[in-house]
Amino acid sequence: MVSLTGIGTRFGPTVIHEGLDLEVARGEMVSLVGGSGSGKTTLLRHIIGLTRPYAGQVELFGEPLFSGSATVQRDRRRRFGVLFQQGALCSALNVAENIAFPLRELRVASPAEVDTLVAQKMAMVELEPHHAVLMPAELSGGMVKRVALARALVLEPELLLLDEPTAGLDPDRSASFVALIRELHKRLSLTVMLVTHDVDTLAALSTKIAVLAERRIVSYASLEETVTFDHPFVERFFGGEQGRRALARHHGEHR
Amino acid sequence: MMDPQGADGAPGIVVSEHKVSLHGDWTLRSIAPCVSGLRRSLAAVPAGAAWSLTEIGRFDSFAATLLWRAWGGKWAASLEASESQKNALDAISRHAVQRLPKPACWTLIDFVVGLGATVLVLLSHIADMIRLVGQLFLDLVHVLRHPMDAPLKEISAGVYKMGVKAMPVAALVGFLIGVVLSYLSALQLKAFGADIFIVNILGLGIIRELGPVLVSILVAGRSGSAMTAQLGVMRVTEEIDALSAMGISRTLRLVLPKVVALTLAMPLLVLWTSGMALLGGMVSAWIQLDLSFAFFVDTLPKAVPIANLYIGFFKGALFGLLIALIACHFGLRVKPNTESLSANTTASVVTAITMVILADAVLAIATRSIGVPL
Repeated sequence: MVSLTGIGTRFGPTVIHEGLDLEVARGEMVSLVGGSGSGKTTLLRHIIGLTRPYAGQVELFGEPLFSGSATVQRDRRRRFGVLFQQGALCSALNVAENIAFPLRELRVASPAEVDTLVAQKMAMVELEPHHAVLMPAELSGGMVKRVALARALVLEPELLLLDEPTAGLDPDRSASFVALIRELHKRLSLTVMLVTHDVDTLAALSTKIAVLAERRIVSYASLEETVTFDHPFVERFFGGEQGRRALARHHGEHR
Repeated sequence: MMDPQGADGAPGIVVSEHKVSLHGDWTLRSIAPCVSGLRRSLAAVPAGAAWSLTEIGRFDSFAATLLWRAWGGKWAASLEASESQKNALDAISRHAVQRLPKPACWTLIDFVVGLGATVLVLLSHIADMIRLVGQLFLDLVHVLRHPMDAPLKEISAGVYKMGVKAMPVAALVGFLIGVVLSYLSALQLKAFGADIFIVNILGLGIIRELGPVLVSILVAGRSGSAMTAQLGVMRVTEEIDALSAMGISRTLRLVLPKVVALTLAMPLLVLWTSGMALLGGMVSAWIQLDLSFAFFVDTLPKAVPIANLYIGFFKGALFGLLIALIACHFGLRVKPNTESLSANTTASVVTAITMVILADAVLAIATRSIGVPL
């Protein structure tokens, strides 16, 4: 689904990634973890095509990201949905128009069909119909994320990229948002890639965890295997007070 | 979705004797290239036919919407479909009935409300402006009593950014306007043989009127918009709130330096631009009327009393003050969204230019007996 080979990134003299490889299979739910400034979001932006690595190749759906004509590239972009950290809703459009926007741009669905699909997506992310006319400035943080998720899903993507999906949400909302993503992953057979700092989110969501350290992916394995992986970052991340408690909670739920 | 990998292909529809079977991938992406053909085929299916969806590969909510519309908003009489397809159709069936609430339509009441709101907004602008000026006055008093608090670095940065950096473009515009004005006037004056009056026309016109107004329009577009946008973005990113939280007066640190800097920089910029415009006029007069530079420079003080220069300086300072005040006023009114930012920046530049021209007209009347040789 997503294949990164030999990615190298640098900002001026600072090298962020060097010879980074990652292969994500269809249907996986991959969490990308790493210390602050290790280039997680940058890697996500490489996959979206907002930035280009100076070395290496990004492949999506088996094809290089920037191959083919403009139309082919545009169609490829429509096969994945992105949830930005701050939601990135258009502040001039209301909730329904925001969700409908990618669909309208496609010029395939009739206005009535757009309405139906928007209503269905809103129900999917547990928004009430009367929220449709609200402006983004009137929404709470959790609702912004829900609307942004609905917008990311409206083109029925195969791949969903989430940048800090639970950052800025209270634990309760964060848990329900995680449950929502997990439910959607199951129902829509999505492939999901997310960047997160939150061990709870990570434990609840991921089928695989990619650990970004020393400018490359040092480990790509399931949660159980990652926890036992011997690396200073993994130790700090999962072995810290918060990490241990979150893992204990996670195991408790599964027993 | 049955098997995400299998049955990869374009969506298709086969209609035989009361039986409709669909095959291929029915997803937004695969339907998009042939949507109108599929719509026609679906519409052509006779009512009461038996539908079979079992050969469909992938099936998403857009396809479900398409089918639901083809069925006229109710379940087909006879349907063969997998559980997940039925679920997708069921989800659509629940949302197809209810319409999304739409923003209310424009009515007569809205017109009255809009009119009232406009008046109230106007009043709030005036109130805000008075408050801003009052606060600036208080800040100024504070700075005079505590000279250590004076935002000198910000003022100096402002003079550099808004004054020094505007010099090249002001020079270019001034020079060209001078050339054009001189050229046009020379054509007329030549006809009357009143060549030497070019000095009076250019001197009075540029130093007294054109220089200050020209610079004001340039600066309103260049620095006024920048000020509004800067304050606006600081509002969007909560920087202004952060300053307040740190106990730092936003007017003292953000507004006062800008207002003072522009009030100081504008007269100098006016002098510079007027000089450049006169130079352009001189060049043009020399080419057109064969007036030497020496004659021009020599005649200028006699033709244009020094009071005009002071009026030009005064206008420059006043216009600078107006532009900076208006720009900061609109900048502080920006609400945290992109629409508001663009609306306020536009309003800032338009209001600043209008107010400058208005003030210029008032000043022209007020100073009509000063510095005009009769």
